[in-house]
Amino acid sequence: MAERNGARNGDGSVKGSFKVKAGLAQMLKGGVIMDVVTAEHARIAQEAGACAVMALERVPADIRKEGGVARMSDPDLIRSIMAAVTIPVMAKCRIGHFVEAQILEALGIDYIDESEVLTPADEENHIDKHPFKVPFVCGCRDLGEATRRIAEGAAMIRTKGEAGTGNVVEAVRHARAVNAGIRKLQGMNHAELVHEAKQIGAPVEVLVECHKLGRLPVVNFAAGGIATPADAALMMQLGVDGVFVGSGIFKSEDPLKRAKAIVAATTYFDKPEVLAEVSAGLGKAMHGLEIPAIPKDELLAARGW
Amino acid sequence: MQGAFAEHVQALEAAGARTRLVKAREDLEGLNGIVLPGGESTTMTMLMERVGLLEPLREAIRGGLATLATCAGMIVLARDITDGMREQKGLGLLDIAVKRNGYGRQIDSFEAPLNIDGMNGKTFPGVFIRAPLVERTGDVDVIARLDGRPVAVRQGRILALAFHPELSGDQRLHREFVRLASHPE
Repeated sequence: MAERNGARNGDGSVKGSFKVKAGLAQMLKGGVIMDVVTAEHARIAQEAGACAVMALERVPADIRKEGGVARMSDPDLIRSIMAAVTIPVMAKCRIGHFVEAQILEALGIDYIDESEVLTPADEENHIDKHPFKVPFVCGCRDLGEATRRIAEGAAMIRTKGEAGTGNVVEAVRHARAVNAGIRKLQGMNHAELVHEAKQIGAPVEVLVECHKLGRLPVVNFAAGGIATPADAALMMQLGVDGVFVGSGIFKSEDPLKRAKAIVAATTYFDKPEVLAEVSAGLGKAMHGLEIPAIPKDELLAARGW
Repeated sequence: MQGAFAEHVQALEAAGARTRLVKAREDLEGLNGIVLPGGESTTMTMLMERVGLLEPLREAIRGGLATLATCAGMIVLARDITDGMREQKGLGLLDIAVKRNGYGRQIDSFEAPLNIDGMNGKTFPGVFIRAPLVERTGDVDVIARLDGRPVAVRQGRILALAFHPELSGDQRLHREFVRLASHPE
């Protein structure tokens, strides 16, 4: 899986190997990655303790409201955010749009999110992520989808959730689906794993790896609808390695305070007394949406194959 | 607090140590050694300061607690941090100056074989991820260099590395650290 990654130099060193691509995600564990649309947001996120930021033109809640085709952000905006902070900066490209990904790589971005939040550019294929030196994170709803993305070269996985809703229910559904999928593998022998791979559309090698490790072979974050410290801690207790918070912070009344509280809740996810303290007096959370109130063709999680 | 702590736990337990995650000052009690892992140094120091862990940790390490610091951990320990966040506060215990992300952004992250003192000439797989660059060293022993720059230093009971042994699959440095921690000064 990993041999198509990386460029070997004369002195025995190698850049962009799968180990360093997946390794950055390992450094992000236990942390919060925040959506930001300006350099000022990025500085607030860093000050609050974000372990990385996602540079965007519009947060998912606004993409949802305004409609139209959502694309990669303007390189000027991405550059200004990269210049504003010292933590890693991620940016989104459309599903299957490998040229947007090439542009983001040329900008020197630290991680690319091939994201269902933007309008897909290919309705069958995701990007072949192995040839890139920059690592990719991709969304999933279940184990089959997660393992397909890993086979394509994703160095990090996140749940899709339902972005821009402030409603954690879909992220919970997806995290539980991945967990259940992995638990189901535990008692299987090799022949059964091959059969299971066929059933869920998973590549056999990646599924065998999940069986061996008892988890996904790459870091797995939660995303899509996390709006409160309790939401973040809920996802951590469900076993994810960290959280993405999109619209939840900068669509709330007091972004810095809420961002700090979500960072603390992600570290102290198993300490209810800390959660009680950091959850208090945060002001209004983002308004939020009930999933059944969203027209079916506007559900973002259904994008990606 | 944040970062690649699970990978260190795995490597230390394979080296025969018992481990505990340190998230509050009371977790420091009774330790023989502590690991400051890779992750984001800004996130870690901010959290440690908020929960009142920074000062007790500084006292413990100053008092001789064996310490293994990797990547961001090296930054947290360093006396001088250049290119950091405004007023980034660290522990300031290790006599070096580091530049955050001194080897470049993620796209420049790399693996390279290292010659480390005391490892009998057999190279160690160095995994460098947005690694800090050691720009100046004071009263420390440099035990490995890459292109002339220090990448591993010893100062008393502190072992600080710009790279990630916990991702390398090679346990020699973790075994060395467990030996250090289990022998009092």
